[in-house]
Amino acid sequence: MTTVDLADPPVTNPFTGTTDLPRAAEGWTQLVTPDGRLHPDVDVDRDALGRLTRDLYRGMRLARRLDDEAFALQRQGELGLWLQCRGQEAAQVGSVAAVRADDYVFPSYREHAAALWRGIGPADLLRQWRGVAHSGWDPEPYSFHIYTLVLAAQLLHATGYALGVQRDGSDTVVVTYFGDGAASEGDASEAMNIAAVNAAPMVFFCQNNQWAISTPTASQTRTPIHRRGAGFGLRSEWVDGNDVLAVYAVTSAVTEHARAGAGPAIVEATTYRMGGHSTSDDPTRYRTDDELEAWRARDPLARVEALMRAEGWSDETFLGQIQAEADELADRTRRECLALTAPDLADAFATVLSDVPQLLREERDAFVAYRGSFLD
Amino acid sequence: MLTLCQALNSGLRRAMEDDDKVLLMGEDVGRLGGVFRVTDGLQKDFGEARVVDTTLAESGIIGTAIGLALRGYRPVCEIQFDGFVYPAFNQIVSQLAKMRARTGGRTALPVVVRIPVGGGIGAVEHHSESNEAYFAHTAGLRVVYCASPDDAHWMIRQAVAGDDPVIFYEPKRRYWVKGEVTPEDAGPPMPLHRARVVRPGADVTLLTYGGTVATCVAAAEAAAQEGRDIEVIDLRSISPLDVATIEESVRRTGRAVVVHEAPTFAGFGAEVVAQVTSRCFYSLEAPVERVGGFNLPYPPAKVEEEYLPDLDRILDAVDRVLAA
Ligand SMILES: Cc1ncc(C[n+]2csc(CCOP(=O)(O)OP(=O)(O)O)c2C)c(N)n1
Ligand SMILES: [Mg+2]
Repeated sequence: MTTVDLADPPVTNPFTGTTDLPRAAEGWTQLVTPDGRLHPDVDVDRDALGRLTRDLYRGMRLARRLDDEAFALQRQGELGLWLQCRGQEAAQVGSVAAVRADDYVFPSYREHAAALWRGIGPADLLRQWRGVAHSGWDPEPYSFHIYTLVLAAQLLHATGYALGVQRDGSDTVVVTYFGDGAASEGDASEAMNIAAVNAAPMVFFCQNNQWAISTPTASQTRTPIHRRGAGFGLRSEWVDGNDVLAVYAVTSAVTEHARAGAGPAIVEATTYRMGGHSTSDDPTRYRTDDELEAWRARDPLARVEALMRAEGWSDETFLGQIQAEADELADRTRRECLALTAPDLADAFATVLSDVPQLLREERDAFVAYRGSFLD
Repeated sequence: MLTLCQALNSGLRRAMEDDDKVLLMGEDVGRLGGVFRVTDGLQKDFGEARVVDTTLAESGIIGTAIGLALRGYRPVCEIQFDGFVYPAFNQIVSQLAKMRARTGGRTALPVVVRIPVGGGIGAVEHHSESNEAYFAHTAGLRVVYCASPDDAHWMIRQAVAGDDPVIFYEPKRRYWVKGEVTPEDAGPPMPLHRARVVRPGADVTLLTYGGTVATCVAAAEAAAQEGRDIEVIDLRSISPLDVATIEESVRRTGRAVVVHEAPTFAGFGAEVVAQVTSRCFYSLEAPVERVGGFNLPYPPAKVEEEYLPDLDRILDAVDRVLAA
């Protein structure tokens, strides 16, 4: 049996030194059209670009497979809830691949593709959604904080972390993910303001997937989210979030800008949540099939496949290999999910504070004794 | 002799000297030294990177303190007044308090949140509140109240040195009261979670904390004139609660009154009464009484004397438990 290597693949940045990135008619940065044509102004080393594209594609494909498997596991009753990242793979993989493996990430709750890229495995990604824990992984080895479900709270944690990085004189950059809905929270504005005032080395990465549960972006904000950057004093970028190369190029530019001490940035990646908000949601109550179809035509994976075909970067062997890896990952996801068992509630008492004070000890002991009284 | 305010200042200074990861942050804490001058002179001595005048955003203060703690720092945040902690409530309750449990005990957040608390200083609305019950109800926080300069100095040092988030209440009306601070070489200070018997007695136990500790001691002195021997316990830490000290006292006296400034309805005193009742039931000679604020928004300054527990209301409750 092969094992999928989930470690952050070494990627060389073909865009280093590129200053002007092409824009589409919409106004956002776009390097590859929805039908997979590379913009003629993209003047970088083609071999390097081909290697990068293949790496990114692999990350996106693996993420989609894991996402689909988790969705199926939820439908089969093995997960309590799942929030699909389908449709957002380019925004996530393109951005996380553009930063250094030791740049610290504060995700929201849907960043499975980014997490997988960093090497976080299926068991860790699923345990929270199976209801056996409140968080999935130890952040330290991955430089990837646990998911935050309270919208925008993590933007302040990321900002504080970046202020610490700054005090340490380290060249780490902090990246935080949030949604178009979360952008309306006070914590988002506080975080962007504090980051700008302190020139914190960080990137605010907004995945505008058009919906916050049933509320469209037009009901969240009058001006495009990236335009807020100017008000706060952040460098602002708007990118086609379904174009993985554009996301990669934009994110690496703002990250290196922040690393050089030139201050924080906001990136708005326009993308689409192809699934429901969660497995508990019914998106047919608020959005049209036409809309979904229009975005299906912009599927970020199909775009890369078309590009690779056109550029001669993929062949049957390559695609077959990724397919095999994806199947293996799906198997592993299922296996690891089923192996996740419930914790002992009695152990939770020792995780609240650095010690177990008298009253908490008494509660635990009484609970254990009560539970024990049923055993025979 | 130091005022409680100066004792906090010297405690914070020592904490910063002891550990260069300790940072002070809050609104106007640097150049001004805070509106109560608790951090007076510290920015001058430790620099702007360690005593930080933050932007005016309470959620931002606590949220960024969490991030700094994740990076290895030990932030001490000042909330300017009790009534202004609510914008930070989400970051305190859902993030600061829960991080350790959410990570299965892995991630500690050593963050201290200092809050000048309570009434009795003739302030305008939102500047006199006692909101400890919200935080005591939240697992994962330590909630403590200093009431004397000695405790202020040592408790703040212990709070900063510990690995748990601490809500550190400073009773505003005691800021300017002077007292001795135990010197460095006098042996280890009382642990942060312990209650202190501030006045021993045999007839009734007064259980209190913060601004009403001095009021209870005064009430006990007055009662002594009439031959009543009242014990006063300063709980100091309301979460975790030192039930052993409470239990020992009430079993001995058989009578107890809980006193705090906050409204008694669903106030922290209700928890104390419940603990006393179930632990000391067969020693009790009378129902446990509570004296506290009324179930009203904190009133305007001209009538706060009537709202706050004073010597007479405490003695009235003492009479009731002794009459039973
Ligand atoms: C503070 C807060 N309010 C409400 C919710 C419930 N909630 C969870 S996700 C969500 C929508 C978020 O939309 P967005 O930020 O666009 O992210 P997306 O789900 O689209 O990725 C809501 C309302 C929450 N988790 N936190
Ligand atoms: Mg959204």
